Amino acid sequence: MAVDTSKFHTTKCWQNPALHSNFVKIVEVGPRDGLQNEKTIVPTKTKLALIEKLSQTGLSVIEAGAFVSPKWVPQMADTPQILQYLDKHSVSGAQSEGITYPYLVPNLQGLERALGLGTTNLKEIAIFASASEGFSQKNINCSIDESLERFRPVLELCHDRGIRVRGYISMIFSCPYDGPTPPTRVAEVTKKLLDMGCYEVSLGDTNGTGTPPLTSVLLTTILSKPYAIPVSKLACHFHDTYNSALVNAMTALYLGVRTFDSSVAGLGGCPYSKGATGNVSTEDLTYFLHGMGVETGVNLEGVSRVGEWISKELGRSNGSKVGPALLTRLRTEDEKEEKEKEAEL
Amino acid sequence: MTVDTPKFHTTKYSQNPALHSNFVKIVEVGARDGLQNEKTIVPTKTKLALIEKLSQTGLLVIEAGAFVSPKWVPHMADTPQILQYLDKHPAGGAQSEGITYPYLVPNLQGLERALGLGTTNLKEVAIFASASEGFSQKNINCSIDKSLERFRPVLELCHDRGIRVRGYISMIFSCPYDGPTPPTRVAEVTKKLLDMGCYEVSLGDTNGMGTPPLTSILLTTLLSKPYAIPVSKLACHFHDTYNSALVNAMTALYLGVRTFDSSVAGLGGCPYSKGATGNVSTEDLIYFLHGMGMETGVDLEGVSRIGEWISKELGRSNGSKVGPALLTRVRTEEEKKEKEKEAKL
Repeated sequence: MAVDTSKFHTTKCWQNPALHSNFVKIVEVGPRDGLQNEKTIVPTKTKLALIEKLSQTGLSVIEAGAFVSPKWVPQMADTPQILQYLDKHSVSGAQSEGITYPYLVPNLQGLERALGLGTTNLKEIAIFASASEGFSQKNINCSIDESLERFRPVLELCHDRGIRVRGYISMIFSCPYDGPTPPTRVAEVTKKLLDMGCYEVSLGDTNGTGTPPLTSVLLTTILSKPYAIPVSKLACHFHDTYNSALVNAMTALYLGVRTFDSSVAGLGGCPYSKGATGNVSTEDLTYFLHGMGVETGVNLEGVSRVGEWISKELGRSNGSKVGPALLTRLRTEDEKEEKEKEAEL
Repeated sequence: MTVDTPKFHTTKYSQNPALHSNFVKIVEVGARDGLQNEKTIVPTKTKLALIEKLSQTGLLVIEAGAFVSPKWVPHMADTPQILQYLDKHPAGGAQSEGITYPYLVPNLQGLERALGLGTTNLKEVAIFASASEGFSQKNINCSIDKSLERFRPVLELCHDRGIRVRGYISMIFSCPYDGPTPPTRVAEVTKKLLDMGCYEVSLGDTNGMGTPPLTSILLTTLLSKPYAIPVSKLACHFHDTYNSALVNAMTALYLGVRTFDSSVAGLGGCPYSKGATGNVSTEDLIYFLHGMGMETGVDLEGVSRIGEWISKELGRSNGSKVGPALLTRVRTEEEKKEKEKEAKL
């Protein structure tokens, strides 16, 4: 039976994952998104140690802080010191040359505060927008469009100074106030952020209510006409509150997404559900990606050790499953080898 | 451009998931596999309460015990009492009529002990085989083939008595002794169990080392010639040690698998990795399946409440992510409604 194949190629959104690279960029958000949402506040010394340790694992993007109000977000009060420290002391190892340390800025004031420190190492910042009008109003007292307008001077100043800007969108699937988020709204906000000058937009499943079908519908909407956003400009930031982060990531991977955000040891609880987990752990995400045949350049054992250490520092259980399982397996093998050596002596 | 489509249909194993039902049968193993692998041993009273509570959630298959040596597996020493109790007191509700309570039997002796109790309610037993020769030798001191031969009289006696037999295969992806398990070996053991009279075979990722590609290769091998095992005879029993259970389940779902094993609250640690998690939790599996548009007939909130209760009884943290997150959300909404009512008064 002969078939007229031209009839099948009706949409141009189809982006064959086989045509994509097998490299995934991981954006480590532990020191910022992670620590910002933990109950325990760690000293600056510990934050810097965390950033330094992460810098030795192969990660190429490590969120380092947020220029937010120290009164409202005391966890991030020392961000100026962190920027200044990282500016003066390149983190050990040649690798650090290729590492970017982005900082969140909530508004022009925050950016000016960051620039006022006179460092040479401010290469990238991140701005936020909500995909839900209800959440935008409750959170920052203005509409989505107004919030984007407020960022225009931020993007212009960054453009003048050669600083890259990453956009984050929150509540991409649903929000506690407005219910389900229309995928077209997310696509519109994504397009606006990119048109305003963001080089990449990270789609945040803030309350963890994403599922594979919702992820597929959302991404397909963003990739299809009329938005036709190149998948290379997208990143996914899934939350693991309902254990959905990896099935959603798998769906996104098949649709061509090659940048994912994660947090070492799964630091950062869900801000909307008392006691619920939030960020997907870098260990679990990396293990999953490697199992899919994807390269990340990240040393999984190294990140697992960092995850174990920071969980102890915070006095909390490790939010990663892979980290403890992997380290236990390694230590059991080490013990076995030790015993065999002793038996031989 | 016209295309000669018969050239594309070269394999006959393709089992289009769209042609499969959207109903998934969940086999609840918490009361047996779960409790058997927990450090804390619970009293018979608690086990029966667990089984009764689970029987009210819509679950159709609830593993109730194991006729193993009480000396070696003290957790299961009261299985005879459980069988006798369930025989005399059907778990509350008309639903229990349709529920099956399978019991594990390690050999003919175990089956005879079960039959010797003279109950009328022994409808299904489960037997085990390893996919790894090394593990078979270490675990039960004989080869895979010998272990299957030992089960022949069990299957014959069950056939005579009208008792269904389910087969479990362990170490389907790899084993601590032999390394990677050849998919063809798993296919051979599966076929033997089915030919010997098992109505279903559950493929167990005992050490949690499965990944989506490995799952895909394994299932495709089983479904393809020369094994050509009907997917309706297969079940998947994934472990969540490395947070892979759901991405593997998603892969299996797409290949047509419609039966999955899980354990309430994720009871049952991985027997091979100290402190590592094991069984995937029923709550997380159900939430995932519902999110995929599948039906299970199971009340997720009901199972979440049981998971919370049994975790407290065992003095351990809840192994499910969905359970606590869902209950917190439900309770927060209830509190809100209460406050709104009070505000009106």
